[in-house]
Amino acid sequence: MKLTVNGKTHEVDVEDDMPLLWVLRDELGITGPKYGCGIAQCGACTVHEDGVAVRSCQLAAGDVVGEITTIEGLGTPNTLHAVQEAWIDLQVAQCGYCQAGQIMQAASFLDLNSEPTDDQIDAAMSGNLCRCGSYPRIREAVKSAATKLRRV
Amino acid sequence: MGRVKTIARRSFLIGSAAIAGGVAFGTYLYKREGENPLLADLKPGETAITPYVKIDAQGITLITPRADVGQGAWSMQAHMIAEELDIDPATAILSSGPASAIYYNGVVGAEAMPIAATSDTILARTGRGAADVMGKLMGLHITGGSSTVPDMYDRLRMAGAVARETLIRAAMKQTGLPRNQLSTENGCVVLPDGLKIEYLDLAVAAADIKPVQDVTLRDPSQWRYLTKPQKRTDMVAKSTGTLTYGIDMVMDGMVYATTRTNPAIGGGIIGFDAEAAQTMRGVRDVLPISGGIAVVADNTWRAFQAAQAVECDWGPSPYIGNTDEQFDAVANSMTDDHQDSRFKDEGDVTAALDGAKVIEAEYRIPYLAHAPLEPLSVVVKMTDTRLDIWTGTQIPRFVQANMAKLTGLDADNIHVHVIMSGGSFGRRLEDDYIAQAVEIAMQLPDTPIKMIWQREEDFTHDFPRPLAMARAKGAVKFGALDVFDLSIAAPSVAESSLARLGQPAIGPDVAIVAGAWDQPFAIPNYRVTGYRTPAMVPISSWRSVGASGNGFLHESFMDELCHVAGVDPLKERLRLCWHDPSRKVLEAVGEMSDWGSDLGPNRGRGLAFTLAFGVPVAEVVEVTSTDDGIRIDKVFVAADVGRVLDHMNFEAQVQGGVIFGLGHAMNCELTYQDGVAEQDNFHAYEGMRLYQTPQIIVRGLENGDKIRGIGEPAVPPAAPALANAIFAATGQRIRELPLSKSIDFV
Repeated sequence: MKLTVNGKTHEVDVEDDMPLLWVLRDELGITGPKYGCGIAQCGACTVHEDGVAVRSCQLAAGDVVGEITTIEGLGTPNTLHAVQEAWIDLQVAQCGYCQAGQIMQAASFLDLNSEPTDDQIDAAMSGNLCRCGSYPRIREAVKSAATKLRRV
Repeated sequence: MGRVKTIARRSFLIGSAAIAGGVAFGTYLYKREGENPLLADLKPGETAITPYVKIDAQGITLITPRADVGQGAWSMQAHMIAEELDIDPATAILSSGPASAIYYNGVVGAEAMPIAATSDTILARTGRGAADVMGKLMGLHITGGSSTVPDMYDRLRMAGAVARETLIRAAMKQTGLPRNQLSTENGCVVLPDGLKIEYLDLAVAAADIKPVQDVTLRDPSQWRYLTKPQKRTDMVAKSTGTLTYGIDMVMDGMVYATTRTNPAIGGGIIGFDAEAAQTMRGVRDVLPISGGIAVVADNTWRAFQAAQAVECDWGPSPYIGNTDEQFDAVANSMTDDHQDSRFKDEGDVTAALDGAKVIEAEYRIPYLAHAPLEPLSVVVKMTDTRLDIWTGTQIPRFVQANMAKLTGLDADNIHVHVIMSGGSFGRRLEDDYIAQAVEIAMQLPDTPIKMIWQREEDFTHDFPRPLAMARAKGAVKFGALDVFDLSIAAPSVAESSLARLGQPAIGPDVAIVAGAWDQPFAIPNYRVTGYRTPAMVPISSWRSVGASGNGFLHESFMDELCHVAGVDPLKERLRLCWHDPSRKVLEAVGEMSDWGSDLGPNRGRGLAFTLAFGVPVAEVVEVTSTDDGIRIDKVFVAADVGRVLDHMNFEAQVQGGVIFGLGHAMNCELTYQDGVAEQDNFHAYEGMRLYQTPQIIVRGLENGDKIRGIGEPAVPPAAPALANAIFAATGQRIRELPLSKSIDFV
């Protein structure tokens, strides 16, 4: 089957029911999306399908219809996305393992809602687990990124 | 690092063949023998001097031997070296270095001794000295106990200073200039005319010079990085998906593996049928390992699927298998013959309780899983002559020793490459998952194998924080605390975990009473007794270890007694507290939270204080009782680590510790049925989520006499401060964790 990831089209030979997460990680070598729970409880695997956040551990490869963007496609160390910039400015990450998922969730959310209220941020980000407890800074970084994105 | 015009370029070019592999500096003034472990891996023509700073044509590598499990240890270690070496830490290459006795931990051992952090008696000092000697003799290369900063603060700055001074000496040799005409600036030696020689260009010359040990550390007023808000060296990579965790490693020819062992802990495997699994797509092998099976495939998901398809015949768990019975065993161990310690015994509790109106309470805390978000994983490759292991671990030398036993290889031929961890909370003080991967590698030599556990395997094969019970008796007199008698029973973490490391656990286990026996209060009749429950399921250290639960036991009862006495819990603690830095964190948190002011209806605030790992921490939690349950509104925290080296990360660690403490107190427990952990993924073990996260206001104080670490100390007071706040808001006193068994949360 064909998969478009970060603007590049790949031909992959996998079972239809292989979760996208494992196609990305083990077939394409794209390791930004993380395995955390395998049952859509932690959000570490979050990627975008046509710009919308999805849990790649629960999206079967055969069901992918849109273009996939992973954290690697959102921005790089030299060309940071506004959300990544905010994450770095506010020094959000601790172990960092959940943060690719958090950032992808935030980027998709802010794309749909450029002026979120605090409650909307809380609701949008609560499916992403952080075991280190970086939540206060995640909350601030989402607000900061919203401001940055509005300025763009 | 930008190239600058130098007068030494020619000599550098001549010497560049010799520098290709590098020259290493660094030392520790503490006199000791010991081989520089960097020497072992140098190729012909390369030079190394000492263990923390290596310079080669690629740049300056700083060795950060304490594991980074999310607490920022690599970045902090790099900043400590860089401060004295005079380089920008952002330009350095970081390496955790090899497993080596030279990177021993001289501080963590004291945590196992009954020495209060507040004590400065000769006995206490002797004990701490013994911990250092023991750490050195055992070559205790270990990360834990919030010890990285206190253990490495002098050592790494000294290593940076020695390397810097040696480079200056090399410049003196090269230029013929005297010492007093040379200075350094950001990776260069500066000559009187302003010309600069890069450290990189001095490395070859420095290799021939004996490291200059006679150095003076900079006065803190001269610091450029320490005590300033730092930019963590891992932040950009962690925000762009470009950091390689152990689980992300890829190698040529690598295969993907997973294991399944008996979910009934310790039950072993009687037999298995792999027929169906073996024919599944991508499956290469189904192999027996200790206690279960391993599947090796060409993709992790295929390995997961096949592992589930193997039919296993499991044996029964040899341990007490049900949580009700486990708690019965804990309750039954509160007898004289199980008494483990009574480090605190002031006044005369028995006499004081006689005839007094005795207040009694019983508390329970559950087993808790570590569940770092990166599931346990490891990459191994074994050949006839060597074994390479890439993983996040806090115990590289124990891994080396244990895998030597397992494989029969010499420990010197086992190379442990420590990778950044996606969390640990103490889980990576165990090497069970590494041993499993090595068992696979022994059956598949010459093949790199990446083994990843399914999350369910991780939850059901943890070595949890032990359950515990406390029985407390107390009395008040004239509106003040008079008797505080706390008995705590729990299985021993030291007994369980040290046995797996091949170490004896001698004497009482301080962890059973840590965070309770050693609190700085002068209650007239004050006793803390530890009882050791006979071993049940294997257990281990969990972020803040004994204090993680004992803070709840001690501070809940403290609040109950204050309530009965009719005294303000803050004022009473201040009246009883004899330790100045502890008093000051209590005062600070009182001021920050406007303690005593009216919060309005259905609201309440709770206070708790714990001194753990030498750090006094006071927390005030504010809650509202709503129709949907308890909402945590705000948390105020004051903590004293002596000197805050990075306010940004200090705040992050305190906030994280508070959330870790609150989240587990709210809704987490690990319970067993027939020896099988019943919570096998995050749907059943949620912790706190962002919408529940309160505002957390943090203040770092600097009145303590020693520098301390902050990775763990904020955890213990969080649960009792929350329970005490719920009592203040609702009148409901909850004596069992998780609180969700008794009350709903928003």
